[in-house]
Amino acid sequence: MSEPRLVEVRRNVLKQNDIIARALREQFRAAGVFVVSLVSSPGSGKTTFLEKTLTQLQPRYRVAALVGDLATENDAVRLARSKAPVKQITTGTLCHLEAAMVQGAIQEWKLQDLDFLFIENVGNLVCPSSYDLGENLRLVLMSVTEGEDKPLKYPTIFNSADVAVISKNELAAAVEFDWQAARQNIQSVRPGMRIFRLSAKTGEGMQEYLDFLAQQLTENRAVAQT
Amino acid sequence: MHELSIAMGIVEAATDEARSRGVQVKAVHLRLGALSGVMKDALLFCYEVACQDTPLAGSQLIVEDVPVTIFCPQCKEVRVLASVQSFTCPECGAPTMDIRQGKELEVFALEVEE
Repeated sequence: MSEPRLVEVRRNVLKQNDIIARALREQFRAAGVFVVSLVSSPGSGKTTFLEKTLTQLQPRYRVAALVGDLATENDAVRLARSKAPVKQITTGTLCHLEAAMVQGAIQEWKLQDLDFLFIENVGNLVCPSSYDLGENLRLVLMSVTEGEDKPLKYPTIFNSADVAVISKNELAAAVEFDWQAARQNIQSVRPGMRIFRLSAKTGEGMQEYLDFLAQQLTENRAVAQT
Repeated sequence: MHELSIAMGIVEAATDEARSRGVQVKAVHLRLGALSGVMKDALLFCYEVACQDTPLAGSQLIVEDVPVTIFCPQCKEVRVLASVQSFTCPECGAPTMDIRQGKELEVFALEVEE
């Protein structure tokens, strides 16, 4: 038997996911839909936040949502109250969404009839960071009850996100949330990231965030047409 | 934990390459970036499981850690980040998101026998 030898192969392990994500991004661009993915830890209020987002965008925009969940369809049921088209992706034991699941879920939807598509990832601040879903914007959500140091504990996902939302602001005083420290920690792991502080429950701060989304949609369409 | 599906992806990629070359794989060399979102220890554990009942059973996974490098807009140099908790130049402290390396999750080479 010959001696072992080393052969160079250079293969990206997530190549398949990246190829599908690229195809999705192109599909979204062609349809003129702006796609936002949401990542957060379990219990940060992602579904309430998304329900409010869908409801408040709806008078002016056509919106839809995909929700990833391990086992239940509770989130989809809650989001359906917004009257927006909602589809559940039940991942089983998988802790994150992959591009192929998104591709499968949107097959029956006419993307050109949409302005915004939201993709709610499984509640998890670790695994989703590795998987590109073809989104235009990755939004990381943390609530004031989780503590200011969340970004330092999960730097990879915060670094991979484009915008941060700090939610449940109505509880900030009760938990003595240190806004300065939170801002500093986010800026440390992801310099220049835009941060929104809001309460989905009371509506405080929601308008600024919704205006930001509207502006992103406009800018994205302008770029897509050139 | 998504390391098992990543490990299965590695085994699949390596099996594929080995088959097309008609060789036996003794070890897989992986480049793993500090920003890949994959935990090395969990991956090593899962690799063994993922190899079971495949042509790669008994092979070894050798992980090369790839640090994050950034381009500092002040120094105009590529530098190694001191910590993934602080995206600032280790020399001058300028914040930067110009990431040059550190997201790798790549089967780089195979140690093979004919």
